[in-house]
Amino acid sequence: MAAESTLKNMALCLTAVCLICSAVVGVAYAVTKEPIDEAAQAKTTASIAAVLPEFTGTPEQGSINVNGTDYTYYKADGAGCAIISTTSGFGGALTLMVGIDGEGKVHNTTVLSHSETPGLGAKCTTDEHFISQFRGFDPAVKSLTVKKDGGDLDAITASTITSRAYALAVSNAVAVFNQLKEQDNE
Amino acid sequence: MEYFLIIVSAIFVNNILLAQFLGICPFLGVSNKLSTATGMSGAVCFVITLATVVTYLLNQYLLVPFGLEFLQTISFILVIAALVQMVEIVLKKISPSLYQALGIFLPLITTNCAVLGVAITVVTKDFALGGAAPHMLNLGQATVYAFATSLGYGLAMCLFAGLREHLAGNDVPKAFKGLPIALITVGIMAMAFLGFSGIV
Amino acid sequence: MSKWHFVTDGFVKNNPTFVLVLGMCPTLATTTSAMNGLEMGLATMFVLILSNIVISLIAPMVPDKVRIPVYITVIATFVTVLQLLMQAFTPAVYETLGLFIPLIVVNCIVLGRAEGFANKHNAGESALDGLGVGLGFTASLTVIGIVREILGSGAVFGWKFISGDGILAFVMAPGAFLVLGFLMVLFNKYLAKK
Repeated sequence: MAAESTLKNMALCLTAVCLICSAVVGVAYAVTKEPIDEAAQAKTTASIAAVLPEFTGTPEQGSINVNGTDYTYYKADGAGCAIISTTSGFGGALTLMVGIDGEGKVHNTTVLSHSETPGLGAKCTTDEHFISQFRGFDPAVKSLTVKKDGGDLDAITASTITSRAYALAVSNAVAVFNQLKEQDNE
Repeated sequence: MEYFLIIVSAIFVNNILLAQFLGICPFLGVSNKLSTATGMSGAVCFVITLATVVTYLLNQYLLVPFGLEFLQTISFILVIAALVQMVEIVLKKISPSLYQALGIFLPLITTNCAVLGVAITVVTKDFALGGAAPHMLNLGQATVYAFATSLGYGLAMCLFAGLREHLAGNDVPKAFKGLPIALITVGIMAMAFLGFSGIV
Repeated sequence: MSKWHFVTDGFVKNNPTFVLVLGMCPTLATTTSAMNGLEMGLATMFVLILSNIVISLIAPMVPDKVRIPVYITVIATFVTVLQLLMQAFTPAVYETLGLFIPLIVVNCIVLGRAEGFANKHNAGESALDGLGVGLGFTASLTVIGIVREILGSGAVFGWKFISGDGILAFVMAPGAFLVLGFLMVLFNKYLAKK
C-alpha cells in the first residue's frame, strides 16, 4: 500500500509532484497562449467594429491619462475613436467600449464585461431602449446623466445605479475623446 | 471614508455568504450550535485576513513581475494550505487556550472557498465597490476588505446558528427536516440582506 | 453485474448535491440560468474525472502524511489547465462563470472523491466514479438552473416563453437558497417512497 511516511519519502514525493504539475501547467500555458491572445484580440476587434462607423485598415492603439486614470483607445482613420472605459456599477466593475465618431458624437456603445445583477442591471446589455439612447448622442447638446440626476437619459427600470455607471463611463469616454482631439490640434 | 465604504459594503451589501455564495459548506455544516459557529467564525476571520495579506504580497511581488499570473490558482491554494498548517502549529505552541477554541476548525478551512475566493477577488485589477472608480486595491484596503468580509461571514453565521438552534426544537414536516428547512431559512435571511443593497 | 453501478451511484444514491450536500457554493452561485448550471457542471466533471484517474494511479506511491497536499496540487493543476483551455476556446463562458472556475479547487466534491474513492480503487473505476458523480452534479445544477430560470426570467435555456419580467428574487441570492431547499424536499420525498 502507501509508501512509508519518512521525511525523505515525503520530501521526495512532494518535490516530484510539484515538478510534474508545474511542467503540465507550463505546457498547457505555452499551448494555449496563442489561442487566448487571439480570442482576446478577436473580441477587441469585433467590439471596435461594433461601436464605430465603417472604416478601413487597422485601428491604431494608444493609451492616454485623463484625470488620473489610464484609458486605452483605438483610433480608426476618418471614423473617430473607440475608447475602453471602466466605472463602478452595482455589482462591480462595468467596462464599456465607447465609439465616438469624428464629430464628437457617440456612435455606439457595447459592454465588454460587467457583474451586474441578472434580470436587473444586467439588462444594460440587452435593453434596447436604454442602449439605443446612446446611438448618435451628441454630448454638446444633451447631458450624459440619467433623468433622476437632471440629465437626458432614461434609466433601466429599477437599475438606476447601473444606468448611472453606464452614463458615467460614456461621459468619461467623451472627456478622453476631447483630450485626444486637443492633443491632435497642438 | 473609503475604508468605511469598504467595510459596510463587505459586511452587509455584498455579504460573502448571503450574496456571494462563498463558504457555504462549512456554513451549513457547523451552524447547528451557536458556540461552534462563533468558533468557526473566529478561525475563518483569522485565516482569511492572514491569507489575503500573504497572497496579495505573493501576487504583487512574485507573480506579476514575472508574468506568471496564470499560476494564481495553484500557488494561492498551496500558500493557504501551508498557512493553515502553520497557524495550527504556532497556535498550539503559544496559545493552547485559543487552539482549543479554534483548533478543530482549522483543518476544515483549507477547503473553505471563502478563503481562496477573497484572495482571488482582491487581486483582480478592476476592483469596484460602492461608486468609487474601479482600481487595484492597495495592501491596506485589501486587508480591510478581507477583515470586513470575514466579519460579515461571522455575522451571517452566528445569526443563522441562533435561528437554527430554535429550528431544532420545532416540529417541521418530515421531508423538510434538517437541511431543507435550514436552506429555506437562509433564503429568507438573504432576502432580508437584500434590503441593504443600495445603501452604499 | 458490470461496473455500470459506479456511474449510477453518483447519480441518485450518492447525488453530490441533494444527498451528500457537497459543493454548495457553485451550486447556488452559478445556477442563475439552466445554461450556466450546465456549463459549471461540465467544468467540474472535467476536473473530477481527470483528478480521479491521476490520483488513483499515484495513490500507492504517496506517503500517507502528505497525501492531502499532493491531492490538492494535482487538482489545482487540472483546474489551471481547465482555466487556460476555457480562456482560449470558450472565453464567453469563462467570463460568465468567473471566480467559480478557480474555486473548483476547493470544491469539496473533488477532494472528497479523491480521498473517499479514487485512492482505494483502480484508474478505470475511478474514471467511472468521476463520470457518475460529475453527471450527478451537472444534472442537479441544470435542474436548479431550469427552475430558477423559469421562475426568475420566464425562460428555459434562454428560450423565453413568458413575456415580461419574472420573479426577480429567484435570479438573485435568496431564490438560490429557496429553490435548493424545496428541491431537496422533493428529493427526500422521492427517496422515502422508494
